[in-house]
Amino acid sequence: MRYHPHSTADREFMLQKIGAAHINELFSDIPENARIQGDLPLPAHASEMSVERQLSSLAAHNVSAGSVPFFCGAGAYKHHVPAMVDHLIQRSEFLTSYTPYQPEISQGTLQYLFEFQTQVALLTGMDVANASMYDGSTAAAEAVLMAHRITKKRKCLVSGSLHPHYADVIETNANLTGDACVRLPADARNAEDIIAQLDESLSCIVIQTPSFFGHLIDLQPIADAAHKLNIIVIAVFTEVVSLGLLQSPGAMGADIVVGEGQSIGNALNFGGPYLGLFATREKYVRQMPGRLCGETVDANGKRGFVLTLSTREQHIRRDKATSNICTNSGLCALAFTIHTTLLGEKGLQQMARINHAKALELRTALQGVKGVEILNTTFFNEFSIALPKPAAEIVEALAARNILGGVPASRLLPAEPSMHNILILAATEITTSEDIALLTTALKEVL
Amino acid sequence: MLNSIGRPTAPTAAETQDYPTFTGNKGLQLEQPLLFEIGRADCTGVDFEDVTLNDNALGKFQRDSIGLVGLSEPEAMRHYVRLSQKNYSIDAGLYPLGSCTMKHNPRLNEKMARLAGFSDIHPLQPISTVQGALQLMDTLSHYLLTLTGMEAVALSPKAGAHGEMCGMMAIKAALIARGEAGTRTTVLVPISAHGTNPATAAQLGFTVRDVPARADGTVCVETVKSLLDDSVAAIMLTNPNTCGLFEREVKQIADAVHEAGGYFYCDGANFNAIVGKVKVADLGVDAMHINLHKTFSTPHGGGGPGSGPVVLSPALAKFAPVPFVKKVGNGYVLIEHTSSSASEPRIHLKEDPRVKPEDDSHLAFGRMVAFHGQTGMYVRALTYMLSHGADGMRQASEDAVLNANYIKACLQDLYSVPFDVKFCMHEALFDDRCLNGTGLTTLDLAKAMIDEGYHPMTMYFPLVVHGAMLIEPTESESLAALDLFIATMRDLMMRAQSGNPDIIHQFKTAPHHTPRARLDETRAARSPKLRWNA
Repeated sequence: MRYHPHSTADREFMLQKIGAAHINELFSDIPENARIQGDLPLPAHASEMSVERQLSSLAAHNVSAGSVPFFCGAGAYKHHVPAMVDHLIQRSEFLTSYTPYQPEISQGTLQYLFEFQTQVALLTGMDVANASMYDGSTAAAEAVLMAHRITKKRKCLVSGSLHPHYADVIETNANLTGDACVRLPADARNAEDIIAQLDESLSCIVIQTPSFFGHLIDLQPIADAAHKLNIIVIAVFTEVVSLGLLQSPGAMGADIVVGEGQSIGNALNFGGPYLGLFATREKYVRQMPGRLCGETVDANGKRGFVLTLSTREQHIRRDKATSNICTNSGLCALAFTIHTTLLGEKGLQQMARINHAKALELRTALQGVKGVEILNTTFFNEFSIALPKPAAEIVEALAARNILGGVPASRLLPAEPSMHNILILAATEITTSEDIALLTTALKEVL
Repeated sequence: MLNSIGRPTAPTAAETQDYPTFTGNKGLQLEQPLLFEIGRADCTGVDFEDVTLNDNALGKFQRDSIGLVGLSEPEAMRHYVRLSQKNYSIDAGLYPLGSCTMKHNPRLNEKMARLAGFSDIHPLQPISTVQGALQLMDTLSHYLLTLTGMEAVALSPKAGAHGEMCGMMAIKAALIARGEAGTRTTVLVPISAHGTNPATAAQLGFTVRDVPARADGTVCVETVKSLLDDSVAAIMLTNPNTCGLFEREVKQIADAVHEAGGYFYCDGANFNAIVGKVKVADLGVDAMHINLHKTFSTPHGGGGPGSGPVVLSPALAKFAPVPFVKKVGNGYVLIEHTSSSASEPRIHLKEDPRVKPEDDSHLAFGRMVAFHGQTGMYVRALTYMLSHGADGMRQASEDAVLNANYIKACLQDLYSVPFDVKFCMHEALFDDRCLNGTGLTTLDLAKAMIDEGYHPMTMYFPLVVHGAMLIEPTESESLAALDLFIATMRDLMMRAQSGNPDIIHQFKTAPHHTPRARLDETRAARSPKLRWNA
């Protein structure tokens, strides 16, 4: 077997050295009735060629985004990733290293994390960022817990602008910890008045811009009202490319900014692995969850980097830790930081402008389709439309015509009848005018 | 002839003196400034058409500058290649981090995860367009259930600690359903446990009660019994435990906890020792997470992404979170909601997925993540499983245990063993009594290992052993590699015990041959500098 270096003779020699007559002697502490006799009812080992064939066959049963006109967003976005990114993240020293607990032989990982933290802080308009979280949704849930620690209150208010899966994750946490969570109805038409919902019992509000339905939301007046009541404002984004063009949540008064970083550097991957971004104000840094990388010096006075403030973390604090989290999304963060470095300020702004231009083009085209109502006056690269029929049926009909034509809101909000006819569409730099023409033509046929 | 033009063809007498260089570089050890010291705001490594927005739908929300810098492609390549060269890796050498399972990461797994049919599909595409992905999830579930004998699996947790959270949430949900969430508020955790165990329990509002270990590092059923009462929700037990030992009384402990009305959460971080050897279900486990990035070789990536599916017993299966895959006829559906269509069962069952709706339709405890979990990691793990097969996975566990015992046997005359046990599982544990009188610590020894070309073992964990050194070689190491490691460790210990002041100084100031010497962690924590500032 190709992954096992020992020969039978090696194993016998080693057993002899150990003083065991048989390999099973090493497993003798296992209760007899729990031992597995022989091999389990699973196929035996297989050659690389055979395994490749099996998995390729499974992969062939999926329609990949790059093979058809593609307009899906709603929290995951298809962007072009430069070839260099995937090459670099597969370097052995990045791919097959562990968490940088031995900083003398991990300066590569540590330095890119320090640079990553700086990039995230700049993008979000915040003072500090951590070394990443599992994904945007879990980052949002951790932000709520952090707000509870800061305010010593245990009730959050979730805007109807928030991605429903993110709200589900926050709500699940609250249900099982006994915290309170108030969830406002889904806000497809940007009609929500969250300021009217604020009161002193709240620890935090969670609000997304661009919203799940694509609307751009002015956080400043909300933050002003919230801060008067000692409420932490958690701003969420799911499309990080938007920060290349849009005012940062930090500049609009957010206290904690979390979001999904998949769009930069990372593939769609059917939902994971993704990259949670987490940033906050300096004054809250010791309440942050997750790993942090900090600058220091070595014994010779040379600049170097280490994981720091670990007294917040579970391996030191155990049941008093700020979070149970003991990993980040290292390789996804690396992809993000390499892509961001390649883009730079100029490239990211250009990319964001193209995304917006494509979305404008898509809107204009859809305005010409009878029965389509555009719900947004503001948006970045994604917006919502109301259709005369259930959106899920339309999307299936489009898929039958080899078009992945957006995400029906009902896929995430099946219990809300008002969502049944709403479709969320995204355009990015990969979207072509031909794709848009194919979509509008097909839509006219199926509506 | 080269030397006819004066070019020497053999080195002159070798000298090892450390001559300073002008650049700070030392041959292949290249210094690299921070990105923000070399990048420029107007430089980019990506070409776009320059679009001017005449009209826009951005309202008043346009921003001016961000503060980012960019590099051209060749500069960026060099930046990250130079950074990579400052890292140790499993591909470069033995990485004996106990509890972390740093095994070989097959590149076929990477290649399969990058097939467009897996990497380039959107999580919310119509279900009809992702049947292959759902079949992959279903097959992975089948493997995990067959390997453990458990009833159901929740794939979506994003890492081991997230899997712990999922398992403990299922337990909390079950207690809520029993009407006992208000009274069963205690979770028993051995003091040898990973820190994530108490942190997870506390995050869910449980109070943690320590379970002391026996002199041999295992948990005694009588001790557990003495701690059990009506307030106990669960015990969280790592098995094999963090001392590298199989908990011999695990089944009796499980029975006692069950009898007292509690659940058994098993931390499966060390599953690599027992794949194909033990049926986890027969140990009385109610929930166990499986680190795909340990046992099933998905790469650690310098700290993630991980993946932590949780297998569940019949008592907890119906509380499993969404989403999960269900086979219907010849196709697959994805159950994504807890209450939208009450006729759908909420769990992935190993055999007949049909469960009476009135039993299960409203019990899923919720959702752990957006979308469906770490699909890219599922592809890698399943590739590993198909490659190894039932025989190869069993062999991997046997070799992992064999290798650890070989190291233990070959070092135990020089390194002090904390517990009087004949055999260990997949990791060998030593303490620092062997360094008594030398003036050296476990940390000094670890840093000296770095100079010899090895990543140190896990040190100072588990907490129950003073100056712990936890060595997990994994099954990936050949006998020759193990022998070289053992010889090095023996040499280091003999030198440490020599009493020679020069040698002691060398240890205390190690490592000497790395891009950086020991770093000042106190300074980093006292005045945190967490980002670059101009």
